[in-house]
Amino acid sequence: MAKAYTPGLLVTGFREHRCRRILPIAGEVNVSIGDVVTANDVVAETNLPGDVNPVNLANQLSMPASDVMDCVVVNEGDTVAVGDVIAQTKGIFGFMKTSITSKVAGTVETISPVTGQMIVRGAPLPVQVRAYISGQVVNVLPGEGCEIEANVAYVQGIFGVGGETAGSIKMACSSHDEELDAHHITEDMAGAVVVGGARMTAAAVARAREVAAAAIVSGGIDDADLKDMLGYDLGVAITGREQLGITVIVTEGFGEIAMAARTFELLKSYAGTEASVNGATQIRAGVMRPEIVIPLESTPEVGDGKRKYEEGQLEIGRPVRVIRDPYFGIIGEVSDLPSEPHVLGSGSKARVLEVKLPTGEHAIVPRANVELIEE
Amino acid sequence: MTALDPERIKVILATDCGSTTTKAILIQYVDGAYRQTHRGEAPTTVEKPFADVTMGVINSVTEIGELAGRKLVDDDGRIISPATDTEGCDIYISTSSAGGGLQMMVAGVIAEMTAASAKRAALGAGSIVMDVIAANDGRRPHEQIQRIRDLRPDMILLSGGTDGGTKDKVVQLAELIAPAKPQPRFGSDYEMPIIYAGNNEAQTDVSEVFAEGGFDLQIVDNLRPVLERENLGPARDKIHDIFLEHVMAQAPGYDKLMGWTGAPIMPTPGAVGDILQTVARIQGINVVGVDIGGATTDVFSVFDETFNRTVSANLGMSYSISNVCAEATMPNVLRWVPFNMNERELRNHVKNKMIRPTTIPQTREALMFEQAVAREALRLAYKQHKEFATTLKGVQQQRTVGDTFTQEAGGETIVNNMTLDLLVASGGVLSHAPRMHQTAMMLIDAFEPEGVTMLAKDSIFMMPHLGVLASVHPKAAEEVFDRDCLIYLGTCVAAAGNVKAGKPAFSWSFNGMSGEIAGGEMELVDLALGETAMITLTPVRGVDLGNGPGKKVEREIKGGTVGVIFDGRGRPLGLPEDRSSCQSTVQGWIDSCAMYREEEETAAAV
Repeated sequence: MAKAYTPGLLVTGFREHRCRRILPIAGEVNVSIGDVVTANDVVAETNLPGDVNPVNLANQLSMPASDVMDCVVVNEGDTVAVGDVIAQTKGIFGFMKTSITSKVAGTVETISPVTGQMIVRGAPLPVQVRAYISGQVVNVLPGEGCEIEANVAYVQGIFGVGGETAGSIKMACSSHDEELDAHHITEDMAGAVVVGGARMTAAAVARAREVAAAAIVSGGIDDADLKDMLGYDLGVAITGREQLGITVIVTEGFGEIAMAARTFELLKSYAGTEASVNGATQIRAGVMRPEIVIPLESTPEVGDGKRKYEEGQLEIGRPVRVIRDPYFGIIGEVSDLPSEPHVLGSGSKARVLEVKLPTGEHAIVPRANVELIEE
Repeated sequence: MTALDPERIKVILATDCGSTTTKAILIQYVDGAYRQTHRGEAPTTVEKPFADVTMGVINSVTEIGELAGRKLVDDDGRIISPATDTEGCDIYISTSSAGGGLQMMVAGVIAEMTAASAKRAALGAGSIVMDVIAANDGRRPHEQIQRIRDLRPDMILLSGGTDGGTKDKVVQLAELIAPAKPQPRFGSDYEMPIIYAGNNEAQTDVSEVFAEGGFDLQIVDNLRPVLERENLGPARDKIHDIFLEHVMAQAPGYDKLMGWTGAPIMPTPGAVGDILQTVARIQGINVVGVDIGGATTDVFSVFDETFNRTVSANLGMSYSISNVCAEATMPNVLRWVPFNMNERELRNHVKNKMIRPTTIPQTREALMFEQAVAREALRLAYKQHKEFATTLKGVQQQRTVGDTFTQEAGGETIVNNMTLDLLVASGGVLSHAPRMHQTAMMLIDAFEPEGVTMLAKDSIFMMPHLGVLASVHPKAAEEVFDRDCLIYLGTCVAAAGNVKAGKPAFSWSFNGMSGEIAGGEMELVDLALGETAMITLTPVRGVDLGNGPGKKVEREIKGGTVGVIFDGRGRPLGLPEDRSSCQSTVQGWIDSCAMYREEEETAAAV
């Protein structure tokens, strides 16, 4: 039988997690295989080339580009300070010389006889790559970075904004279906990963930013609030570079939706523990979902390693989340997998499954509209 | 796979790996002809946990195998080839649009001239143009450099200067780009491809500027060799090559897929374009085709044998649905929906579709909303296409220097809805509409055809498969296209010109039937699939149906699964601004064209 592949988000109390920490350009790696690192340790660093400042000498000296080289008084590779003369005309009998001075400090990178343009590059910009998760270095990529491995509890969100951060988990809501509002956020949540329940309100996010929380995680968010927060309407789900001062992760989706109880309980069981969080989301090639990674100090008891269900396979009894109206957000279990296509209310024919809802009712849902609760 | 002998190919397996769904078809030689016999589909598996595009291929092929009673995949998860009586296929071919959009930065010396040409080349090749850098774009050099550094394009197209002209300006542009060292989207080991398509005499100087490393400079012919002529082909082809080699290859599992196919994998839009050009050539007609996918909408046109293609990279029905709503604005989307919807909830629905792109509408309301979004995506994509497909493109038409300065948009569009003969729909929201009347109406509302236009849809999104098949087995492709690919929906007769609401616009008669269409009205008349009829159309003064304002039209029309749709709404199509009258107007059109009739009877099924 064809596998009814249905993507699901990973929420697990234990996994061996490996992450690559790579510099944007070649640089120096500060760690060795076997080193134990914490999330904030700098594992690799480099210098990005500095800002580029073009100086159009031909224009400024009012001469053809081909004549510029005769007037340049510095060489490629020379260091110049603000106010240093970089080019000077010969003048008339040594008088009435026109001088061009550098408006920036840096290094002369190129002088073009074709265009009469000089490029002065500013001081290098240091870039540091941190470990992101606490764990052990298991691989070093010389000049590029390293790979860090740790035993972790892991929660994949559905959507996020903002980049990598870390902090200790603080539970703001007492249940998975409690809306996260401003009054849940307290001063002591500075630097913390704040965990709510259902939808996070705009006021909650604003308050979390005010108290300088590292991240805020909850079941859902209103798109209108996201738009206000970002200052623009997000067109495609490619995020992670926003500079909001906080990382925002929703675990279920947009709107009034409660966090999956299992996700909430897992995060709650690690309240007070340091977690690494990344809101970067990319729903295109090279799919990336936001994540909450909680390095574990000890390995929890695990079963025999056998999965109850085959990965990605729809099976009767398996818990699923409905991800489209009219049952959006409801978690139930597969009660039937009819093989024949079914006519939906929309009039379309589609392969469906029957879901037993928490109310005991059975609903027919297109197979495309459920996702597995993976573990 | 072994070398191909078309005579021995009797079982053909083809897939199209879309950004949302992987669609497979089986073509078999049956009773002396090639026919499409079975199809299967599965979600495209670029997502974890599989993160391998071939999983979706295998799932879709396995489904076909079950339906056909033919084992197509072996126990190791590989496609079985060659075919025996009960197993495998003789050739497996594939198209792919997985890998996301192509993001480019373009640069040219003068914004309105070489930079505009470069932008047209990039758009024509299907890219998102992230920014256009030009010497006269109003930004200071260090601002331009900062912008280049901030962008993370897949490649850069650099143009400037006419052949033999001054070269210092284009070299200066190169000197801005090189030290900026733009970082590519994909990985630090990826050398940023730079396509140089400017003054041929500056090639050496530009090469020297980029010689320092970190760039993969490719030089092609100048895209503006003289001021009066564009030559976009070489730059577009090169963009295409780099897209296939670098960007599309980022889709997980793509390398493996390339090893399975018996012919090079073609990009989906390229394959669709090939098959549409073939149809236009054989039938001697003007054709517009559209393929609306999850991330992008492709529009193809062949007018007077000139082919144009545009890819609207962020107009799509799942990954890009939120962008459609943002670009079109929610009020424009909602004008097509004949009932009230809560905008806050709708915004959340749209975002949920964006983050979970494979879901489908379960209720009629959800379906109507998605079809409303589709109208706007199609409308915007067609608008972009018309702006792109101008007299200067492709055919290298000459124009004077005076024209160059007076035509800011870069020439007149060659897209003429009045001379359009055939409008072909493909892509999930159009092809999978529960009722073909919905497909026809989405096409008419978005494209606003004028005069007499035939409407068709790709039955099961087979055009990409047939496009690539045509490159290895033209006979099989032609036979399947003829028999199984297009489903004719019918003919649209639409009034252009001075149409007045409620006043007679035109009268019609065919097959002993006749009627009159008033301004603002629509009417649906049966003419079955396979039937033809001679129609007489008499427009009132000022209204044009193809022969000029007020002039009678007599011509043959074809029937289809929908019939003949008379459209007296006028062009451009206007909807009432008042929400309540807009809803009742749209409901009137829905009723006139029987768009959701069957669903009302079957809606209780769920």
